[in-house]
Amino acid sequence: MNVPTMASLFAEGKEPEVLFWVGCAGSFDDRAKKITKAFVKLLEKAGVSFAVLGTEESCSGDPAKRAGNEFLFQMQAVTNIEVMNGYGIKKVVTACPHCFNTLKNEYPGLGGNYEVMHHTQFLKQLLEEGRLTLQGGTFRGKRITFHDPCYLGRANNVYEAPRELIRKLDAELVEMKNCKQRGLCCGAGGAQMFKEAEKGDKEVNIERTEQALETQPEIIAAACPFCNTMMTDGVKNKEKEGAIAVMDIAELMSKAEDL
Amino acid sequence: MEYLPNILFAVLLIAGIGYFTRNVKKLRRNIMLGRDIDLSDNKPQRWKNMMRIALGQSKMVVRPIAGLMHIIVYLGFIIINIEVLEIIIDGLLGTHRVFAFMGGFYDFLIASFEILALLVIVAVVVFWLRRNALKLARFVKPEMKGWPKNDANWILYIELILMALFLTMNASDLQLQRMEVAHYTEAGSFPVSQWITPLFEGMSASTVVLIERSAWWLHIAGILFFLNYLYYSKHLHILLAFPNTYFGNLKPKGQFSNNDAVTKEVRLMMDPNADPFAAPAEDATPPDKFGASDVKDLKWVQLLSAYTCTECGRCTSECPANQTGKKLSPRKIMMDTRDRLEEVGRNMDKNKGTFVDDGKQLLDDYITREELWACTSCNACVEACPVSIDPLSIIMDMRQYLVMEQSAAPAELNAMMGNIENNGAPWPFNQMDRLNWASETA
Repeated sequence: MNVPTMASLFAEGKEPEVLFWVGCAGSFDDRAKKITKAFVKLLEKAGVSFAVLGTEESCSGDPAKRAGNEFLFQMQAVTNIEVMNGYGIKKVVTACPHCFNTLKNEYPGLGGNYEVMHHTQFLKQLLEEGRLTLQGGTFRGKRITFHDPCYLGRANNVYEAPRELIRKLDAELVEMKNCKQRGLCCGAGGAQMFKEAEKGDKEVNIERTEQALETQPEIIAAACPFCNTMMTDGVKNKEKEGAIAVMDIAELMSKAEDL
Repeated sequence: MEYLPNILFAVLLIAGIGYFTRNVKKLRRNIMLGRDIDLSDNKPQRWKNMMRIALGQSKMVVRPIAGLMHIIVYLGFIIINIEVLEIIIDGLLGTHRVFAFMGGFYDFLIASFEILALLVIVAVVVFWLRRNALKLARFVKPEMKGWPKNDANWILYIELILMALFLTMNASDLQLQRMEVAHYTEAGSFPVSQWITPLFEGMSASTVVLIERSAWWLHIAGILFFLNYLYYSKHLHILLAFPNTYFGNLKPKGQFSNNDAVTKEVRLMMDPNADPFAAPAEDATPPDKFGASDVKDLKWVQLLSAYTCTECGRCTSECPANQTGKKLSPRKIMMDTRDRLEEVGRNMDKNKGTFVDDGKQLLDDYITREELWACTSCNACVEACPVSIDPLSIIMDMRQYLVMEQSAAPAELNAMMGNIENNGAPWPFNQMDRLNWASETA
């Protein structure tokens, strides 16, 4: 896969339309890397000129901030901002709602002002502009339920873009009893991803998976690499991994297009 | 002697409002103990939010049954209070139904008050049943034991008594009007209390006057008592919901404020011209504590929210940690903040207005670390609150204190943060491998 970096484009004197902010999960987590690649394929198909920061990218600082380490967060933020401002970045797209939220909302106060989009918003825009077309077919009539990532939904009021994409796949979108504003967290936010949960009588991801299973879906669609992990674990815990797939919306679209 | 009731009434009124004013001043003083935050921006949007969320009850109806019942009691409270104005004037001047000159419109007003009073009684009974017979989960959580439970029931009993007194007052008044007793000139239309009036038939005029006067006095005394009960109760929300929704967060819920004190430090570290060995100026103020361990470290708006919370528990019932049996309850965060703030306030009252260290703080003595670390920062509690309270902001401020002042994060989080610091990712991967995915074929 030939993925241009900002450094290489900059050396050629070129400026991409958009920076693809990959994020730590998208860069290192084996499951999330598949989402990253699926999204890149869609970008390529749509002919979007994009680049990544590659080894110049560093953690957005979201988990540090949510864990209470404001200092580490701001150090990460100003370092990233320095790199991005150095390249004159104007527009950023990312497949991680945590990076999306942090870059969009918390970087401006530290000198980083960009137009930041979540990949579902970006893909929706590509479809609307006719730069990307969907054949449908693969998922026609399939029952797909969508799990709202907290940092996309409640945190930033993005509920429709991912749903619109699922509808465009001709799939049957089935909603869980808790969705949109009242969507239940997968259990990973607020730095919980990196620690054991406190003592309780259940894991949050199991509770959420049960809500998803109630809709009898063939696919649980996610739009966040961390939600993806939590829901995948939940489905495995229920021993349903043979029947139900947990897929990112970018993966659904890329599969629909046979990319 | 003729003016004795008028004087008594004036004394009661002044005492009731005076004591309430004294407590409002105390409330204001306690809220202002919080750190400053400038919320004077975007006034049109703030007014709009207050009108929509507090006055318009827009978030109450997310839960339709409780929401509808609440709107009835709320409308009853607001509209029946027009009647209180008449009662006050009657009490001071010794008149009988001074607004009766409005004629047909007066009949309409009294009739609608009566219907609302009846609806309020129905709603209050339903509320009582939900708490005490159905025992809905959010009303029987651990933090609701003792005073919070009794407080909630007391409010319902007081409202029930006030409505019963109001209707009794009207019913006996109607009987006296029918008996053509002097002073009780015909006024008002009584669609509800006319069904109580038959109870008074056959009684002597003086007995009915005694009943009418008792109900009238107890009703207004009850209202003044209720007004003063507010400060000691979760019921304070009927007043504070308005400022709290006005000052509510306008930014996206995911945007947590950046700590300016930290920004200063970071800028200094990034500045190549800064002298790393420079001693702070003699008169430099010591830096603020990072985050919050006690109520005074919180912003005033967070303290206002603590007083605004009416312990409905919608936050807690939406909280993923609470739903899965963890100790965290966003409602308890708000209740603890208020309890501690009240304790600090009482301490100041006792010590001539200055706080004398009592060896206690919000952290550990009220809110445990286990609660703080169970939060997923998902904003469900913030979304659920019908009066724009943000329990999450308190949790985050307290985490900041734990990590930045005490280095007391759970070990796994320390490992995660160490990774970010050393290699720019929460996992132990090398930053130089960040683009490896592009060349992997799997």
